[in-house]
Amino acid sequence: MAAPEPARLDLTGLTTRPAQVWGGVRLVPLTRDEPITGLRLHARAYGDEPGVVELDRRTRYTSYIPHGFVATWSDDDTPVAAYGTQLAQDAAGGRPPARTVRLRTHRRMARRVERNRLRFLPLHLAVEGYLALHFGGPEVVWDEWSQRAVRRGLSPRVEEAYLGAEVAGLADALKHFEIHPGQCGVLVHVADAVAAAFVVPHPDDYRALHATLVQDLYGELVHHYATLAAPVPRFEVRLPDDVATVAELRAAATRQQAEWARFHDTTMADGLLGQTYAMSRVYRMGDYTLSRFLPAFRLKQENHIGELITDRNGRTAYLKTFRLSEAQVRRAHLLTTLAAHHWHLPTTATALGLTEPQLGLRLDSAGFGALLREDVLARYRAG
Amino acid sequence: MDALTADDVLMFINAATTSTAQREFHGGADDQRLSLDFLHDYVIGNYRDLYAAALALDINDHNAALIVRKLLETAGDATAGQRRVEGALIARRLRALPPQRVYDLFGALRRAKVNNRRTRAIIREWVAGRPDPVFDAVKYRTGLKRALRHAHVAPGGELGPFLFTSGARRYDTPLLETWRRAHYEQASVYGLPYTVAEGFAAEHGIDRATFLKRIEPRMTRLERLRAQESARREKAEVVVDLGSMPLTRLASYVLALPVPDRVARRGELTGALRAAAVRAAGPDAGTWGRVAAVLDDSFSAFGSTRKRRRPLAVALACHYLLAELAGEYVPLWTSGRTDALLARPHGMTPLGERVLDALERSPDRLLIVSDGWDNAPYGLASEVLRVWRAKLDPDRRVVAVHLNPVYDAVDFDVKRLAPAVPTVGVRDAEDVPALVEFARFTEGTTGFAELRARFDGRVAKFLEEG
Repeated sequence: MAAPEPARLDLTGLTTRPAQVWGGVRLVPLTRDEPITGLRLHARAYGDEPGVVELDRRTRYTSYIPHGFVATWSDDDTPVAAYGTQLAQDAAGGRPPARTVRLRTHRRMARRVERNRLRFLPLHLAVEGYLALHFGGPEVVWDEWSQRAVRRGLSPRVEEAYLGAEVAGLADALKHFEIHPGQCGVLVHVADAVAAAFVVPHPDDYRALHATLVQDLYGELVHHYATLAAPVPRFEVRLPDDVATVAELRAAATRQQAEWARFHDTTMADGLLGQTYAMSRVYRMGDYTLSRFLPAFRLKQENHIGELITDRNGRTAYLKTFRLSEAQVRRAHLLTTLAAHHWHLPTTATALGLTEPQLGLRLDSAGFGALLREDVLARYRAG
Repeated sequence: MDALTADDVLMFINAATTSTAQREFHGGADDQRLSLDFLHDYVIGNYRDLYAAALALDINDHNAALIVRKLLETAGDATAGQRRVEGALIARRLRALPPQRVYDLFGALRRAKVNNRRTRAIIREWVAGRPDPVFDAVKYRTGLKRALRHAHVAPGGELGPFLFTSGARRYDTPLLETWRRAHYEQASVYGLPYTVAEGFAAEHGIDRATFLKRIEPRMTRLERLRAQESARREKAEVVVDLGSMPLTRLASYVLALPVPDRVARRGELTGALRAAAVRAAGPDAGTWGRVAAVLDDSFSAFGSTRKRRRPLAVALACHYLLAELAGEYVPLWTSGRTDALLARPHGMTPLGERVLDALERSPDRLLIVSDGWDNAPYGLASEVLRVWRAKLDPDRRVVAVHLNPVYDAVDFDVKRLAPAVPTVGVRDAEDVPALVEFARFTEGTTGFAELRARFDGRVAKFLEEG
């Protein structure tokens, strides 16, 4: 894996279209004027439906398999989930992804999984990236760290998330959403906070994957917002009264559309699109690069993690993001600051503007208490 | 006060035209049923005369049956004069309803324990007025039996033993005898009405293709239309005369066909739709001048699994009807499609843009057929219509009407686009000429007295016809 390089998300080629609102959920469609044809969802995703992925025998295209994508790859009808988002080079579309997990369901819960039925498991590469953050633990064995922290690092590291179906109103919003022709992505706002961004290279891929957003995972924050949210306003169009012809009326309407797109991209989605991310390349295949990215972990602000496939020019072909909750941001912030100061508690405390005992207690309340030696922690507690 | 009454009543008429208490795209069946029930209770409580008069209008059968039920349930609240008019209206409307609906209605009255003298008299009269009691007894056996028992009516001839006794006995009436024989003789099954024969066929284990082939002459027009595609799969021929089908029904049938079939049968389907439209247009054909229609084929036009593609079928039927009514016709589908026959519910609803397209053609009449969920972007159609009415067409030279096939349970009305353009509920495209004329009442420019006069006129005409 290459060293992270700071970059922004580049959504060139994608146009923001008018949002559709259902209760507290606002879905903002993104369309492409020219779909990317060099990268397509693995042909197996379309099952036996012919003609969706039109294959020209001479051209080779790269296909992608999103993480947790469940399909029957072999003929024995057992569903298999792809492990980690992957890129594949093939024209026939029959080869299974390189890394997979067999699905084991409890006998009583086992339902017949339809052949080639598309489905996502609530997991993804980006979360793995977040969990693995400074996973190795202290790199310098300062006195305060426990033996366990030195030997085993942060293991086991656990974070929780909610299934999309549990986010109030999201399933209904997706059901009532009218997909634009040419739509290649969507920004999900819950209670007018960006909850997730999802971009694919081709409209057919989007149509195939639209419903899987409800099987995706969302942070605790998004779940809370959705539960407590009142219906969000609709931003209805207002046209000026001083028009003399229908053409002028049309011009005013077009201006309004552009205004909305600008407002959305620079204000509503600024927390996602306006930030710099540390991109780490996972691997490259053909013209496309699969990376995952982490934010700067700014406290009390929006922080998104995600995974991304870009083309040669750095334009986004595939994007999936996850919004971290406040507690998750705090934990990551603590870990990053510690790592920046080589896990030295006094200097870290100074950098955070705290005393050493305060930092120790903060580590404890963030769930990292086991990293500190017990007697040290007791001393901190005693103040 | 009068304006308020007019508003309430028009809202009720819109609801009674569109809602069937079934699931819609944007709302569940329970919402629809609760909302409709509330509206009925509200209107019968405040405007009983107008509520009863609604039976004379083009409301749908579901609401007609509901009105009859509510009127009979609250018979005690009516004055003697009201009762006379109500009785006549109910009797007339019941004669116009399909029999299965009437038997359902009698069943609902029985369950609600409504058994006053008026109810019994109405059931008795309706049953006596049936053209073929023996056929009814076989086809709607349970319905008729329960209705007779509820209304204390003794049936004549062999119907008494047929309905109320068990055990085998021979009948002199041919149809009853056929029914008896069908229990053990396969050939007799084909002498029965289709729905009854279907049950016997299952019992005898008759192969579906054979059954369809032999029962075909006994099928009604709608049964033929419904069974046609399944018969084709079974390789049995069920002849249906598309040329005689009502327009909206035909549109629903066309939309249910897969696209390759529609392409292959283009000539036949288009011909049938045109013929139905010519019949529906009648003497008005070609009198509407330049017509621009904005037709909604967005994803929400799918309706629900209960009312498959109903909004789209209405739009498609309107398309063919308007083509006949207009001198010069411009159809504008929201998806931008130009081939109406291949319409399918897909994509968002850029209603505002299509309205602009329509206004650019400077038509004499502008018709919008849509469920009113204008979402690309929200409210553009409403704003365009508002500014256009205020600035570009202040003299109302252009007749603009919004026809909405979907009841919005939350608003107790069909969804409106703009106050400047009247919105009316539409059930069948065949009613469009009447609805467009009726739409001026919803603009608020005509008074309640005029509305009242129109209602009375319709009631008088309705009672005269029957």
